[in-house]
This record gives sequence, C-alpha cells and structure tokens, in this order.
Amino acid sequence: MATENQTEIRSAVDIVTARQRGRALALELGFNGADVTLIAAAISEVARNIVDHAKSGEIVMGSVATTQNGGRTGIQIIARDQGPGIRDVAQAMQYGYSTRKGLGVGLPGAKWLMDEFDIASEAGRGTTITMKKWKR
Amino acid sequence: MQVPILKQGGYLIASIQSVLSDSDLVQLRDNLGERVGSYRSRGVIIDVTVLDVIDSFATRTLRAIAHMLKLRGAETVIVGIQPDVAFAMVQLGLTLEGVGTALDLEEGLAYLDEKTKRAPVNGN
Repeated sequence: MATENQTEIRSAVDIVTARQRGRALALELGFNGADVTLIAAAISEVARNIVDHAKSGEIVMGSVATTQNGGRTGIQIIARDQGPGIRDVAQAMQYGYSTRKGLGVGLPGAKWLMDEFDIASEAGRGTTITMKKWKR
Repeated sequence: MQVPILKQGGYLIASIQSVLSDSDLVQLRDNLGERVGSYRSRGVIIDVTVLDVIDSFATRTLRAIAHMLKLRGAETVIVGIQPDVAFAMVQLGLTLEGVGTALDLEEGLAYLDEKTKRAPVNGN
C-alpha cells in the first residue's frame, strides 16, 4: 500500500478521527464526493463496533490495487481488535440483529456501503474486518 | 464541541457547527430536553447541514431526541441533511421514521408553523 495510516480506537472520540482520516484519504485517492461519504460512513460503523464490543482496537487504511477486471485501484480499510470476538458471525451480519442497544445495522450496513467486506473472528481472540471500495 | 441552542420566538434552533462525537450528541439531547421546558418551546429545529456522516448512532440519537421532545410537547424537525449523507443513510438502511425533516432552516420554520398551529378554541 502506497499511502497508509493507522488510527487507534479507544473511545467514541476516535471514531470521528478515523472517519475524518478515511474521508481525507478517499479524496486523496480520487474518489468522488458520494463515494467519500459512503466510505466515511462505513468506517464510522466498523469503528463503533470496536468501541462497543472490544473497547479498543485499530483501523488501518490505505490504497489497494488489483489487476483483475483490467486493473482497478481503491481503498482498503482494516478494522481489528483483540476483543471477545463474535461467536456467530452470520448472526452478527443479519440486518437488525444486535446484542447491545444498537440498531443492529452497523456491520451489515458497512458491508452494503463497500464493494468487498470480509470478517474473520475467533471467540476470545478478536475480530478483523477487511473492506474495500474500488474506484469507478 | 457543544451545539449552540438559540431561541427564536416559540422555537429553539440547535445549529450544529462541526462534526460531533457521540457524547456531543448525547449532550445535545439532554440540553434540548431541558431547554424545551425552561423556554416553554413548542418546536425545535436541529440543523445538521455541516454533518458529513449521519451513522447509526447519530440516527438513533436524533430519533430519540425527536421522540423525547414530543413527549415534552414540542415538535422537532431535522433540516439540512446533505444529498450524499442522505444517500449513505439510505444505503445503511437508516430511517428517521416519525421525525420531521425539511430542506433547510426556512422550510423547517414553515414546517413547525404548520405543525404547532393551535386549533381555535370554541367560543373565543
């Protein structure tokens, strides 16, 4: 990754920081206004997931490229924590499902906002979400 | 950063000046709940023009504010949701069900005038 930055997520204030960095990076990478907002919203949701469920973690974002489909570039966001992990990932990805007081739209919502969304979680070891959005 | 709340006739106008953290939003909720009582306001406008993202927490809090103020006897209208922000909200499946929305401050005032119109009392 050419441009990369990392944001520690420890409290709700860091959600705003991660979102703003994501917005700035997306603009720098040449995304249009609507996509920049979608990316910022997705970062907000995965960052909130860390604060709500793992207490602390980090978000690493940077540029990404692929040779598939004639070559594309985009942004990659990795949100990882060493929290309790998600016991049932399929359930957590169901729209409207929440173990807490939330709306249960955060993770499935983030998936809809991005082009690629991968979640790996192990009980007791933590969760890593990798998501990408390609430039159109 | 705290959101300034202005009194305009029988209404309160909360004009968000910068991006808000979760605690700023919760603070706004508490301040509005209190001010509606102390100023006996019948309508509240929340101007979110500067917000670059309205995520699930912000949506939930805005909804809570509107419903709470309704229980206190005041109507709430959210104004200034930007087109990109609205699009992202739709993509996230977020709705402001049961909450008034209007394009801008002017439309928001017109909305409240309409909503808070008192029916004439018989014999007066």
